[in-house]
Amino acid sequence: MEYNPFSLAGKTILVTGASSGIGQATALACAQMGANVVITGRDIDRLQATGNQLGASTKQIVADLTNQDDVNRLIAELPSLDGAVLCAGNSTTLPLQFGTREKFDVMFDINFFAPVELLRLMYKKKILNKGASVVLIASIGGTHSFMPGNGVYGASKAALNSVMKYAAREYASRKVRVNSICPGMVDTPLIHRGTITEEQLVEDAKRYPLGRYGKPQDIANGAIYLLSDASSWLTGHDLIIDGGFSI
Amino acid sequence: MNLQEFIENFAAQFDETDATEFTADTKFKQLDEWSSLTALSIIAMVDDEYDVIIKGNDIISSDTIQDLYNVVVQLQG
Repeated sequence: MEYNPFSLAGKTILVTGASSGIGQATALACAQMGANVVITGRDIDRLQATGNQLGASTKQIVADLTNQDDVNRLIAELPSLDGAVLCAGNSTTLPLQFGTREKFDVMFDINFFAPVELLRLMYKKKILNKGASVVLIASIGGTHSFMPGNGVYGASKAALNSVMKYAAREYASRKVRVNSICPGMVDTPLIHRGTITEEQLVEDAKRYPLGRYGKPQDIANGAIYLLSDASSWLTGHDLIIDGGFSI
Repeated sequence: MNLQEFIENFAAQFDETDATEFTADTKFKQLDEWSSLTALSIIAMVDDEYDVIIKGNDIISSDTIQDLYNVVVQLQG
């Protein structure tokens, strides 16, 4: 048999935010590595589009993770899991002097409270099997001031990274591993909303030693490693994947 | 909203340039102090004060404060 420590064969893995960007690429990569994938997203049509690429056996659950009723229903419908990649999130580019409580709340609701609540319930309700691996998508925005105007976003990701470490320590008693990935700028629909112009993005990408922004696949591959048995002895780690930006 | 108030809100996003230098005809991207962070502040100010979301390209296509004011007026419908 071929040696492949990164195989996800036989594992059931939840991917949130699977309708686009990093979540979609991660769902597809998990399936290609042999996992049974459960996907969730807010929009039924966009989720189905991802589901169609994954194959008929993929379980799709439409849920808005900022809505507690939706989260409870998702938890009730989830099968036992060997892994989860919590990708659902949003970003904002806003100088701090405009960062009102309301702006922070919007960002923290989706980037912090939603994944933290999902993680809590998956553990408490023993949906996560012994030895399961959870991957949280954070950001170098949470570890560095990587671009002006990302303080509100960065704070939500820093908070997420903090919870990741405590969860890793506490959940180790059940051999559940919890890690995060801190990507640099990744080329997803999130960054093309026009606050930063396309020309500025091209310029900004030049600041990355490896000469480009990340692709969703770059992050998905990191998630594969963290989900697989290849990382069995790794927990509480924030894996920076940023083309060398933060060196 | 009126133009004079817009110019004042616009000028408030600058630290080094004297407020009296700002008029409807000011070519704001030619100011020494202009930076990408100023652009973000202008976008956020317009959202805050006028409930309108302008984009980076609206700033690029505007030469003067009057130009940008016209964009905001148009977006307010």
